[in-house]
Amino acid sequence: MIEHAITLFALTLAAGTVLVFAALGELVTEKAGVLNLGVEGMMLVGAVAAFIVADQTGHAWLGALAGTLAGAALSLIFAVLTLSLLANQVAAGLALSLFGIGLSAFTGLSHVGHVIDPIAPLALPGLSDLPVIGRLLFAHSPFVYLSLLLFALVQWFLFGTRAGLVLRAIGESPQSAHAIGHKVIAVRYGAVTFGGACAGLGGAYMALAYAPMWTEGMTAGRGWIALALVVFANWKPWRVLAGAYLFGAVTLVQFQAQAMGVDVPSQFLAMLPYAATIIVLALISRDAVAIRRNAPASLGRAFHADD
Amino acid sequence: MRIALEARPEPSRLMAWASPLLAAAATLVAGFMLFSLLGKNPLDAFFVIFIEPVSTRYGVGELLLKASPLMLCALGLAVGYRANVWNIGAEGQLTIGAICGGGLALWLPQLNGAWLLPMMIVAGAAGGTAWAAIPAWLRTRCNANEILTSLMLVYVATLGLSYLVQGPWRDPEGFNFPQSSMFGDNALLPLLLTGTRLNVGFLLALAVIAAGWLFTARTLAGFRMRVAGLAPCAASYAGISAKRTVWIGMLVGGATAGIAGVGEVAGPIGQLLPSVSPGYGFAAIIVAFVGRLHPLGIALASLLMSLLYLGGEAAQIGLGLPSAVTRMFQGMLLFFLLAADVFIGYRLRFRRSPGAGAIPAPAQGPTR
Repeated sequence: MIEHAITLFALTLAAGTVLVFAALGELVTEKAGVLNLGVEGMMLVGAVAAFIVADQTGHAWLGALAGTLAGAALSLIFAVLTLSLLANQVAAGLALSLFGIGLSAFTGLSHVGHVIDPIAPLALPGLSDLPVIGRLLFAHSPFVYLSLLLFALVQWFLFGTRAGLVLRAIGESPQSAHAIGHKVIAVRYGAVTFGGACAGLGGAYMALAYAPMWTEGMTAGRGWIALALVVFANWKPWRVLAGAYLFGAVTLVQFQAQAMGVDVPSQFLAMLPYAATIIVLALISRDAVAIRRNAPASLGRAFHADD
Repeated sequence: MRIALEARPEPSRLMAWASPLLAAAATLVAGFMLFSLLGKNPLDAFFVIFIEPVSTRYGVGELLLKASPLMLCALGLAVGYRANVWNIGAEGQLTIGAICGGGLALWLPQLNGAWLLPMMIVAGAAGGTAWAAIPAWLRTRCNANEILTSLMLVYVATLGLSYLVQGPWRDPEGFNFPQSSMFGDNALLPLLLTGTRLNVGFLLALAVIAAGWLFTARTLAGFRMRVAGLAPCAASYAGISAKRTVWIGMLVGGATAGIAGVGEVAGPIGQLLPSVSPGYGFAAIIVAFVGRLHPLGIALASLLMSLLYLGGEAAQIGLGLPSAVTRMFQGMLLFFLLAADVFIGYRLRFRRSPGAGAIPAPAQGPTR
């Protein structure tokens, strides 16, 4: 019984971590007032870049770096379009997702079916072998710890540093922030790139450790779920974390139910994460006052200094 | 010297029409560069992708055939987009339309085509509308973002279709393949041109384009939708219901996408398969933008997008390139369009940067 519970805990953490990376990155982007709907595309490009590099060089961690950089590079296209050329953020984000899906499928085609040396779970001599505690705390994928570190970093940066305060101010009122001399566009470039890097890292985690493999469209909508998570979290990092593990658990129901021999067609179980996203989004959004209070006021609007 | 954007006193009408052409040209240039990088002769590739597919009667038929679902979906989406209602789930609404229309064909195999086909189209439109009603209801009732809910429903719809063709609707004589039995001739749209696969669905798409033009340009409801998109505050002062705008924007998109779904299963496919669309619902988003959300523009843009699809298939066969190259170009087309669109509202100004000019700046005092 305890064995089973520990296994479930570990699997939930593993499934949720994909979303933690992507959603934390998007949270920072949105806190600066930019809505980037391209998360799905950036994750896929991150995943494919990570996999190709790991496949070619044999160094999985080099792949993780490549995935992060690829996500950031892709997000720069979005940044140039929306920040420098003032394009509609919704349209540009959609374009980024479509482009990323195509680009990753195109570049990854010759690597489908390849096997790489995945990034293995942590194995600390002594600690990881401890009964119960060892498997609860010290035997997860290194990415899980990395994502928790990222969470702490984002929380500290946004709410504990001056730079974070400036970023949030820009998200609330870019005009005021500009008027007192802050570089709105530069900060937004930074926030978008950070979001892209995180999404790329999330994709890399999928391709190098969670799956580990490359198939076309392997993120299966997790980028969009990450976007919903940010709303669900009311733009608060700790709620992103909680929400991500909640969704991680929902994705597991599918496999658990099949293992337990529940007689429901697999397609209906596979619908669960998407249906859950819709329901949760509807329930959270009902409280319009809370959304308005927490959502960055300038979210999705272009900023031009001369306007 | 510094390049800066300066707001135009009035949006440029010339640029509004020129920017899709600029975007198409830029995509072409990017394609040339990509093919050179891949070691293919760009001119050969250009010929294989854009000329050869439409050099035959059959090819022209395919061009119009693939343009039909794009036209239908994009027109419906544009009605919403004009009012800032972001339905991006046309792919799912198309799938549900295919399920409803196709289900009718499987359920009533003996019915005369003169009855069956119109019923299938109505069922498909109703199914697509109902599917789009979910995000519309969630938006108006719960304030839930329709972008995310409509997109999530694409996955749900696709999984639903997969369940049907692998479960209850699987062809008993289909060697266990996940597909329904083939529809009878009574459930297939009549062909329009001999020697091609083009069917009357194309005429239907043209009729919907005309209806779309009438709706936006000649009806009060269409006018209200435009106002709601251009000036939401003015619209609410004028008593235009924001909820009604969302409902119309979503439902029209769902209905046309549903019809497109029927057109696919009652047209080139002729049965239900686990996937009934190579991403027409998503490509239609791009078509809507490239077509300037205008019915005529959408008709032209869907021909361009259809050519991209045909070219992608030709590239796969003739050049050994993966078909995913199509989706890459679709994304690129929208990137270039958005970049070119900036010049509708702004123009470039070349300013001398301080210090680089001939006139020395005063040592003290304001720089501007």
